[in-house]
This record gives sequence, C-alpha cells and structure tokens, in this order.
Amino acid sequence: MSTTKTAPAQADSSPVRPRWQTLLIRPETMTFMLLVVGVFGGSVLSPFFLDLSYILRSFTLYSELAIVALVLTMVIIAGEIDLSPAANMALSACIFAWAQASGVPIPLAIVIGLLSGLAMGALNAFLVIGLQLPSIIVTIGTLTLFRGLAQVLAGDKSIRVPEWFIGVDKIMLAGIPLPVVLFIVLAIGLGIVLGGTIFGRNIYQIGTNEVAARHAGIRSARIKSSLFLLVGLVASVAGIMTASRLGSVRYDIAAGGELQMVLMAMLGGTYIFGGRGTILGTFLAAWLLVIVSTGMIVANVLPAVQLVVLGGLLIVAIIATNLIYSRTQR
Amino acid sequence: MTDTAVAPLISARGIGKTFATVDVLRDVDLDLLPGEIHALLGENGAGKSTFAKILAGVHRPTRGSIALNGKPVEVTSPVVAQKLGITLIHQEPISFPDLSVAENLVIGAAEDGWFSRVPWAEMTREANRLMDLLGVRIDVTRPMRGLSIADQQMVEIARALASNSRLIIMDEPTAPLTPREVETLFAIARKLRDEGRTIVFISHRLEEVRALCDRVTIFRDGNKIATDTIGNLSDADIIRLMIGRPVKEYMHKTGATIGEVALEVEGLTLPGVFSDISFSVRKGEIVGLGGLVGAGRTDVAKAIFGVTPAASGTVSINGKRVSITDPSQAIALGLAFVPEDRAVAGIFRTLSVEQNISVAVPKQLAPGGFIRRAVERAMGEDAVRKLSIRLASLRQPIGELSGGNQQKAILARWLLTDPGVLILDEPTRGIDIGVKAEFYSIIGELAAQGRAILLISSELPELLALCDRVLVMSEGRLTADIPRSRATQEAVMRAAVPRRSTTEGAAA
Repeated sequence: MSTTKTAPAQADSSPVRPRWQTLLIRPETMTFMLLVVGVFGGSVLSPFFLDLSYILRSFTLYSELAIVALVLTMVIIAGEIDLSPAANMALSACIFAWAQASGVPIPLAIVIGLLSGLAMGALNAFLVIGLQLPSIIVTIGTLTLFRGLAQVLAGDKSIRVPEWFIGVDKIMLAGIPLPVVLFIVLAIGLGIVLGGTIFGRNIYQIGTNEVAARHAGIRSARIKSSLFLLVGLVASVAGIMTASRLGSVRYDIAAGGELQMVLMAMLGGTYIFGGRGTILGTFLAAWLLVIVSTGMIVANVLPAVQLVVLGGLLIVAIIATNLIYSRTQR
Repeated sequence: MTDTAVAPLISARGIGKTFATVDVLRDVDLDLLPGEIHALLGENGAGKSTFAKILAGVHRPTRGSIALNGKPVEVTSPVVAQKLGITLIHQEPISFPDLSVAENLVIGAAEDGWFSRVPWAEMTREANRLMDLLGVRIDVTRPMRGLSIADQQMVEIARALASNSRLIIMDEPTAPLTPREVETLFAIARKLRDEGRTIVFISHRLEEVRALCDRVTIFRDGNKIATDTIGNLSDADIIRLMIGRPVKEYMHKTGATIGEVALEVEGLTLPGVFSDISFSVRKGEIVGLGGLVGAGRTDVAKAIFGVTPAASGTVSINGKRVSITDPSQAIALGLAFVPEDRAVAGIFRTLSVEQNISVAVPKQLAPGGFIRRAVERAMGEDAVRKLSIRLASLRQPIGELSGGNQQKAILARWLLTDPGVLILDEPTRGIDIGVKAEFYSIIGELAAQGRAILLISSELPELLALCDRVLVMSEGRLTADIPRSRATQEAVMRAAVPRRSTTEGAAA
C-alpha cells in the first residue's frame, strides 16, 4: 500500500496493443470490406448497382428480417439465441390478418398482432429463463409451434388485407422506403442502447460470464427476459409490415427467415457464444447480404448456387470472427 | 550442483519458453535424479508450473533440450510424455465423471482398434491391483463422479503406475486435501520414491515441502534461482530466494475500534449444505471463517449474499432484519462479496479492466442513463493508484493481468460500493507472497475504516494473524467461535476436522 508501483512489470500483464490494431482488427471491419467488395463486384455485373434507389428497393425485401436481426444480435451477445422470430412474424401476421378479416378495425387488429408477438416472446422467456432450458432447443420448439399455429389459423389460403393498408414499402421518406428508414432508426437507437447505457453493457457482461454478472448484482434474468420480449414484439411489427408489403398473409411468410437473421448477426461479427458483437456489425451485414443476394439475382446465378454462396459466406465469416477474437483476446 | 554420482533421470538444459512476446522461462538447467522427491518453489508466474508442463509435454519449449536417461527426447505431447514414463497429476484431476474408476484408469492406454472388444473383467482386475499397490480402498466399479478430490488424485496416481511412469509430477496436489488425506498422499509419494521413481512436487506450503522433499529448486521471474538439498536451506532463505527481497513482517493487525453489530446471522439453514448457522460481525471487526474445503463456508457466504439463498434463518444488517434473495439486494444493503473462484464468479475475462471495476456501481457510472467514460476512467485510475494494480492499460482485457492484480481489481469494484460489510472468500488464493502482504494491509485498513469483514480462508496463519475472532465450520455446522487470544492452529484444526470421520478413519 505504501509504495506506488505503476510501471508495468513484465510478468504482470502483456503489453498493450497499438490503438490502430484494436480498431482495424475487428470483425466489423471485415464485414465492411466485404461490403465494399460486394458493391464493386455488383457494379461490374450490372449498372443497376450504381443506382442507389435500386439497392434501397432490394433492401426493402429484407428489411423486416434485418430489423429483427438487430434485436437478435443483442440476444446472442447476452449468450442466448432465438430461432423463433420468423415463425413469430408469420403467426402474428396471421393473427392480425385473421382479426381484421373477421371485422376487427385495423388499428385494434394491429394491437392484437403486436400483443400476440409479445406473448410469444414471453413464452420463450418463461421457458428459457423461468424453467432454465437451453434457448436453442426451446426456440426450435416454439418456431415449429408458432408456424404450426399459423397454419392452423390461416390454412393454405392467403388472407387479404384492405387495399389502403398495402404498400408500407412504397411510402418514401426523403427518397428512402419507410421499412429501410425504420431499420436505420432502430439500428441507431439500439446501437446507442448497447454501446452507451448500463443496460447494453450488462448484456455484454451477462454474455461474457453470467455467474460473475449475477455476483456483481446484475439482474440477468430480468435483462434476458426483456430481450426475448423485445424480439417477440419487434418480430410482430416485422410480420405486420410484411403483410402490408405483400398485400396478403399466408402461414409461410418469412419461411426460413430465422437463418437469414442469424446469418446477418454472424456475418456482422457477433460471437455465437455471447459477450461480443455490435449493432454496427449486423447493420453492415444486412446490407452485405442484400448486395450479395441481389447481385447473384442480377447475374442470373441459379437459386441453388445462391444458397451455396450464402452458406460459404457464413462459414467464412465464422472462421474469420473466431480468428480475430482469439487473436485479440487471450 | 549435485554432489551425487547417480546419473540423472531427466536432464533439462537451457529450457526457455516464450508466450507471445513474454519470456516466462529463461535458460533453465535442471537435473532430476531417480528416487528423489524434488520440490519446485516460486511465486505464481515464476515459471515452475510452466517448467513442469514442458516436462509433461503440455507445452513445447521455445529453446533448450531434455534428455531422459542420457538420451535426448522430444516431449511433444502429453501422450508422448506418458509413453516416455512422465505423468503430470493435476490439482483437480481431469476425468470422465460418468465413467467408472477402472475405465478412467485405462483411458489413453488402449492400443486396440476403435471397435475392439472392451476387456471389462481384465480392466477391473488390473484396476484393483493398482489400488492395492497404493494401499487405498476405492471401489473401481464406481463412477468417478462422487469421489472425493483426494480419491480422484489417487486414481491419477494409479494411472501413472499403470503406465509405469518413472517421473510423476504433482502440481499443487495438497491444496484441496484435508490434513489426513495429505498424510496418505505423502506416504504414497515416499513409497514411490523408495521404488526408485522420481517425483516433482509443486507447492506453496513450505512446511509440506520440508516434510516431504529431498531437494528443492526455486524459480523467480522465469529464472532458476537455486537448487539445493532441503536441509541446507532455512524457511527464511527459501522465502528470500523466492521473492528476491527480504520479507516484511506482513501479518499485522491495525488497531481498529470495534463498534456495533453490522452483520448478524441467525439459524441460517440450507438442508444438506449447512444448518443452524448463527454469528455476528461488528463494525471494524475481522471475523475469520475457517474449516476444511467443503465444510460449507462458501455456501454460507453465498446464502448471505443472495446467490443461493438459505431455506430458513434470518440475516440482519445494522440491526435490521433483511430478506436477500438476489445479490443486487445485498449490494443495495451495503454488502460486498469477493468470491472464491475468481475466473468463474469474479472477472469478465475478455472485458476491459475498467469495465470490470465499474460494474457494481451503475448509478455512479451512468447518472443520466448514459455511461460517462470520464467517470469510468477516473474510477479505474483511482483504483490503480490506491491498490497499486499493475497493468499496461485500463482498457486491456482483465484476463491479461496476473491473478493478484485481477483480485485487486475485483476488490476495487467492491470498494466503489462503499460496503459496510465485506465478505472475502479465500481472497489471497493463488496470489504471490509479495502481493498477499499488500492484501493483508488492505484488509486491515478496511476494518480500521469501520467496515465489518468476514474472511473465509483455508490458510491458518492468515486467519490467526488477521482476525479478531475465528469461527470454524465442519460439515455444514459452526463448531467453534475462538477469540483472537485463544486462537491457535491446533484449536482451529480440532474444530475443523469432522468428529465422525476421524473415528471412522481410526477404524479404517
């Protein structure tokens, strides 16, 4: 106590890395670079790619999934996973459509749809946090359950929505489609929450070491529950937006969307074991995914080959992310 | 050097090891003789464990060579080491808990194909033979799960015998053992030595080294400092060689004024873990909680702090009865808990040091909802100055710091909450002697500031030197409350050793 030794002794800690390294060697940097390469490659394939409005219009097709992926990123950072939001989108869209088709006024039908999404999130939260079950299994179960319920409710038919409700993707704000605006606004909002607030920081701490988090007085059950509820709510928003974009609702909307969402989070450098990742990464990865997908469509790549490319991309992203994390953190 | 004419079993020459850019071991020459028990001593990070792991093939040396019976060998992996007759016995043995003892004994030994038949009967017979050789009675058909750590170590030793190891390395084997188990282990070690095997014994406890070992090698900062026969060195010599400077009289007690009762526990019970625990800690008082590992001390601490609440009983803080079911409530009431297992319950390994320090005071850190970086930096810098935490940057991951500095950061975290009651669970475990001394004076100062301190420790000298009273637990019950004036090692141990099992032990 009496002596003040501040000189870093060799055995006490490893030397600190230069600032440029910590900034440059990040998964988000990789995502950004892939994005630049993607845009460049796309513009060689087709002049459409230099048209920003074309990219924005393509993005609206993915915007619902991308919006949910932002919240999913926070769930993954907290050390959990939710595979049910795409099925949640379908079920809450079906509940909404069914309600308005049976005469409920649209605003009330929307509220019902959102509440059902919230209820689905609450079910996940109860199973994962209340009953302490592994989230990967729980949400595979609820994804099947939600999709099944949607089919029970809607059958094989499409439920139409009124003419005036169609076309959320055609509403422009400063030349940007409304879903894309929502995505950008939500990304900024969640980015600030995750990076600048105690709530956000606690998410990282829980994902890094939940036992230590509890010992430090962090209410991990409360925080994780609120994340599952938030995914549920945002998924239902996305579901209703999809209904508006398509003009009708079927039980199979956003089928397989959970994988796209996970892909966005992973491509953005979110660490599947929790504790690491950023909203910025997922934000960039969503654009990357859109660029690559539409690029392949423009280049007339067979759908099967497109899947192969996306799968390969995911594996490369995971390898790179793991490499970067093992390099920068021992 | 060695004055014996015996040819060494192992001669290591010029062994060096570099992790990343840090030299953890430099140019170590060491001969290990057949039929000796050789102690490796040194502070944490001195290089003794790294050296042992190089011998056992866990790490590859960056430089240098190893000769076995005069022939140069490359110990490239633990499997190779095993084939060469070198076995490392871990402190907390790594085993397959759901497999039987016999199966664990032969793991790694099978040379047959993947799909060949498992010779169960033969395996059991062989396992029993090995256990008889060691003179320990363990039912080899039982699963490993449920075996005491001592018995698990015996299984590891039996494994070493099964592969006829000539060099057995024990890395801090006694830390989790009871005194009686330590005696059994020592008897076996001596027996193995008398058979001509070599044993490398790594320990922090000088009295054990003195009781067991023939020669001792001391490491400091990655260098081999000395090798000598144990009889030639006094304890003071050894400590001086280990820390490279004379030791201060580190166990002192600052005269704090003892005030009112700050923490009172009554009839605390968690069935199967502990029962009817009642005690109190006053302001300015340091109360020790001693006992053997597994006596339930940590569980009581966890119950008070709300990590695993007790089933019945009451806790009062400053005379007011409180109900704590979550650590966040405990923190709000002015409690702080430095847990025993730093890596599991203390640090966020990959997160920055400053984040690790500021985690328990969210309201100070983010008064308006948003984190103030400047406030956080100031908290970190303050802690570094007050506790002399040695680090390269507050932004580096805490996992890069040494154990003692990690522990200081955890302590800094709790000091920010300005706790009235501090529960310290083995606060100096795995910490260098030099840093321990700093911890002792910090603990003394904290008491002098009027904080109530409950100190859980397995190190008797630590308890006796620091505490005003020593409570002792045994098998989930409080068995003694000894005032400072009457606290001796014997008194504490007498209360710590379970009555029932001592008689059993005598009968066995």
